[in-house]
Amino acid sequence: MSPVVELEDVRKSFGSLEVLKGVSFSVERGQVAALIGQSGSGKSTALRCMDRLETIQGGRLTVCGHALHEPGVKLSDLRRDVGIVFQGYNLFPHLTVAQNVMLAPRLVRKMSKAQAKDRAEQVLARVGLAEKLGAYPEQLSGGQQQRVAIARGLAMEPKLMLFDEVTSALDPQLTGEVLRVIEQLASEGMTMVLVTHEMEFARRVADRIVYMHLGKVHESGGPEILTRPATPELARFLEAA
Amino acid sequence: MNPVFVLSLFDGLLNTVILSLLTYLFGGLVGLAVALGRISPSKPVRLVASTYIQIIQGIPLLVLMGFGFFGPSILGFGNVSALAAATIAMSIYSSAYLGEIWRGCLQAVAKPQWEAAECLGLSRVQRMTRIIIPQAVRIAIPPTVGFMVQIIKNTSVASLVVGYGELTYNAKIINNATFQPFVYFGLAGILYFLVCYPLSELSRMMERRLNVASR
Repeated sequence: MSPVVELEDVRKSFGSLEVLKGVSFSVERGQVAALIGQSGSGKSTALRCMDRLETIQGGRLTVCGHALHEPGVKLSDLRRDVGIVFQGYNLFPHLTVAQNVMLAPRLVRKMSKAQAKDRAEQVLARVGLAEKLGAYPEQLSGGQQQRVAIARGLAMEPKLMLFDEVTSALDPQLTGEVLRVIEQLASEGMTMVLVTHEMEFARRVADRIVYMHLGKVHESGGPEILTRPATPELARFLEAA
Repeated sequence: MNPVFVLSLFDGLLNTVILSLLTYLFGGLVGLAVALGRISPSKPVRLVASTYIQIIQGIPLLVLMGFGFFGPSILGFGNVSALAAATIAMSIYSSAYLGEIWRGCLQAVAKPQWEAAECLGLSRVQRMTRIIIPQAVRIAIPPTVGFMVQIIKNTSVASLVVGYGELTYNAKIINNATFQPFVYFGLAGILYFLVCYPLSELSRMMERRLNVASR
């Protein structure tokens, strides 16, 4: 079976700055891949390319069977298959928690209100926030908001979930509750790609570590590379982290 | 003070309010189209919208009034009433400003909101109507109300070209008969103030309330 995510020599520049200089790796179904590296190494850009928030300029990128390097990608199909959670939660502040979660199932999957409500209750229960249906985002803590954002993604039943530094804006106490949700998803077999600075978490949850350095995959492998890095750059990075 | 003249001022005030309301309606509709055009994904549409804004903002309102009054007959649409001419000119004028104000408000709704909606698979129209506009409206209320005050005051320019009997026009006519500019222009000024001040206050109040809400 072909990988859920496959990058081959992917290139991306912003103006004259080349951010991805030929990135290749793949993620199999049911795997959890952690992208790590210094800021500016291109890991967030690589993740954003997977949801076509950035377009690539060279190489091949296939996500859930959609060839993003080819013209005429059906973005609506891609986004049905892929959920993404951002560092800044990006909940819709004018909608309640339930409305945030129900919006896409209603509009995109054309569910009835009752169906969408059921779905919202179900995914919010999965992230431990079943009692917050009627609350507005600003009434929730950062960790709760991020869990709602995860639930919002899950409500579309994606085949792949992307996480872009989802705990970087949270203080340590709140980080744990978000990471537990992600860990639970991993144990349920969800295919996930996470950009993260939480090395301990990556070691525990990820099947595959991709260390990016200067726009390339510098070293990759199983979680054991975090304990026994092969390259001096990764060793230095881990020491600093 | 002659009561007939004072009544005439109130009559003028009514006409000022009518012209202002028509300007809000038509200027607002065109302004919305201009604002959406400014952030359109299509480059030609963006170009048309921004050129429109630049041209209109570069022309004095007085000259627009001239276009509004003489333009239709030059273009062969026949003569237009003074109110229609003033409405055309005021609507064009205010649409360029409202368009730019609202463009700013739409863009002020953070880009991440747009991206989040996009990643959930919402179409462009859905993103606009469900996510961006509801949030932009909140931001837009104070500057819009502020500009509505400008519109009320600027309707007085109509007195110079199109001969529409609004407040300043009537004050001018009365002054021609009485030679008491201080009394009647003073009264006109007070009437403008009485209409504009509550709106300005409303704008300030909403700005304060909004600042509290947007942490």
